[in-house]
Amino acid sequence: MNNEQKNRESILSTANNLRWEIGEHFHDTLMESIYLNASDISKRAVTIPSEKATVSWEKTVDKILTSRYTGFPIMFLILGVVFWLTIEGANVPSALIASFLLDTIHPALKSLSSFIGMPFWLDGVLIDGAYLAMAWVVSVMLPPMMIFFPLFTLLEDFGYLPRVSFNMDNLYRRVGAHGKQALTMAMGFGCNAAGVVATRVIDSPREKLIAIITNNFSLCNGRWPTQILIATIFIGAAAPAYLAGIVSAAAVVFIAVLGIVFSLVVSWGLSKSVLKGEASAFSLELPPYRPPRILRTLYTSLIDRTIFVLWRAIVFAIPAGVVIWLVGNVAVEGESIANIFINWINPFAFILGLNGVIFLAYIIAIPANEIVIPSILMLTVANLGLAGVGAGSGVMFELDSVADTANILNAGGWTLLTGINLMIFSLLHNPCSTTIYTIYKETKSVKWTLISSFLPIAMGLIVTFFVAQIWRIFAGS
Amino acid sequence: MNINSSNCETCPVHNTGNLKRLGIDMSSFDFVVALAGNPNTGKSTVFNNLTGLKQHTGNWPGKTVTRAEGGFEFNGSKYKLVDLPGTYSLLSTSTDEEVARDFILFGQPDVTVVVVDATRLERNLNLVLQILEITDRVVLCLNLMDEAERHQIKIDERILSKDLGVPVIPAVARYNKGMNELLNSIYEVATGKYICKPYRLKSKSRELNFAVEKLSKMLREEFPNLPNAKWVALRLLEGDQSIIDSIRNGELGKIYSSDQKIELVTVV
Repeated sequence: MNNEQKNRESILSTANNLRWEIGEHFHDTLMESIYLNASDISKRAVTIPSEKATVSWEKTVDKILTSRYTGFPIMFLILGVVFWLTIEGANVPSALIASFLLDTIHPALKSLSSFIGMPFWLDGVLIDGAYLAMAWVVSVMLPPMMIFFPLFTLLEDFGYLPRVSFNMDNLYRRVGAHGKQALTMAMGFGCNAAGVVATRVIDSPREKLIAIITNNFSLCNGRWPTQILIATIFIGAAAPAYLAGIVSAAAVVFIAVLGIVFSLVVSWGLSKSVLKGEASAFSLELPPYRPPRILRTLYTSLIDRTIFVLWRAIVFAIPAGVVIWLVGNVAVEGESIANIFINWINPFAFILGLNGVIFLAYIIAIPANEIVIPSILMLTVANLGLAGVGAGSGVMFELDSVADTANILNAGGWTLLTGINLMIFSLLHNPCSTTIYTIYKETKSVKWTLISSFLPIAMGLIVTFFVAQIWRIFAGS
Repeated sequence: MNINSSNCETCPVHNTGNLKRLGIDMSSFDFVVALAGNPNTGKSTVFNNLTGLKQHTGNWPGKTVTRAEGGFEFNGSKYKLVDLPGTYSLLSTSTDEEVARDFILFGQPDVTVVVVDATRLERNLNLVLQILEITDRVVLCLNLMDEAERHQIKIDERILSKDLGVPVIPAVARYNKGMNELLNSIYEVATGKYICKPYRLKSKSRELNFAVEKLSKMLREEFPNLPNAKWVALRLLEGDQSIIDSIRNGELGKIYSSDQKIELVTVV
């Protein structure tokens, strides 16, 4: 031991001895004196009005929003209204954008490429692959995001999300997780990677791990559009026309709530098995309600969220489009790679009430959940050999609306069961690559990263399997 | 530089024009400014106003969990602004609170701006008092004044400023109100034009005062660079493991480099 270390150790041992002398109530004494000082200073500077004059509507609103009886129904209602507005509102702009990007720009690009004499494979990879995938992502995802994100941000700005956490807190505590997990779960509704980063507010490593593993059960930005679209096409279509919007919104709320249920069940399972322990206490401050600034919210949710998510989707969609065109066009013994894989996995997928196209799309879409639906559509068309604009498989033909999307999927042999199971599978599958990387950064553990990635898939396979079996027993199809 | 233009620079009317938002450009800076405060008091909003960055803000305690950094130029000096996670106290040990505590302790910011919620001043002061124990150069930003008004809470910022011994600036960061005055105070404290006389906690216990005195003397001998030996001594008496570790391995002696890394969290 050198001199330096000796000095340091002597500081520590002096501290130890002194700690005994000043007694164990030292921390309390210190805190008490801080509180007393703070109270004195604030009394001198602050004049608080008499109780009567204070704004009491906030207390009343809080009582209703966080009540044991009305809290959850109001939460479901608010979420339902948000989805209903999104579903009802997204159709028209979606058709407009699709007709512009697919009917006008795409043929123009094709004729340009034939004019300059581009080789067919380059034309295929660039225009029928990369460009179409991008056009698809934009027209399918942009309209719902433009409506959903501002609404969600307004709720957040108003201060509603902490109330959701307050309602959920008790449930999380009861399953042996940290109450703050309700906060990180709510963040996950925006983005799972952000939700995982937010678990830093949880002190106990055990509870933090539970929060990280279960964050994926919060539907994220990338998956909301998938849910909304599939709900509109399959669930909404199964209901009478005048109820379609409400029924599809209810279906999305149901999936979101199912996600919360799964996060509770899995948290319970983990805290009773591999991550045993008691829940620790915490205090959650309900922030005041603040009048949302509408313009500012529109701006930030458009620039920060919509453009951010869309850009990420486009970045991942372009290579995915290339891959889709390639697997649809590169043939082994006369059959495309896509077809070989889809036909090979189809029997297995059928047991789960899904199909081979969905599996292939999920493999291609591992980098980002946002491109699942565009990939499924492009692969379905390729697989069916439907050729629209231009030549060759793997090419989307123009789709003006949700109805046309439905036509493609119905042609691909999709049923109500496929739709339901896709919604479930979209909830229960591996996190996107960004989230997986974030989980690794937060846990610094390959083991927990792998568990977080594979646990949801395993659950997805099990749940879709049972849903498919039960469905077939009762519906007989 | 002619006389006229230098007059302009010192004239408060022209201050708006003197703010240059530098975003994440922090290539060279003259001063480091830390933004601390309780959760959900508007630190990130102040941060965005000054740097022109768009760190996501929300009516949501705990939005910022790591530090975010950005730059701005004011009155010809370049400042680096560090947005710290919100914390109720510097005496606990969760990761997000440690980030705030370590930065104020070891990052040695030139100015620490404490953003407080005017409607909950008493509770917020608990943190302010703890920060005043660690560092001398503090500016208090009395944010959410519009809400305080709505609740008919009146705050005399001159009394508060006199009691705490630091500048107190009423503000409504959401609507960009009070930012010029805040900038001016930051500038005055950073350049030493305003000398803070921070309020120091009065402890009644003689044993405690003796123990703190004895330990901080030993600490100052071993770590001459340590700016706040008294606080470290208090933490040692509490048995704070991370402080004990940093003494044992000598980390405490190294002045934490304030430009370790730029970690901008974009929360979507």
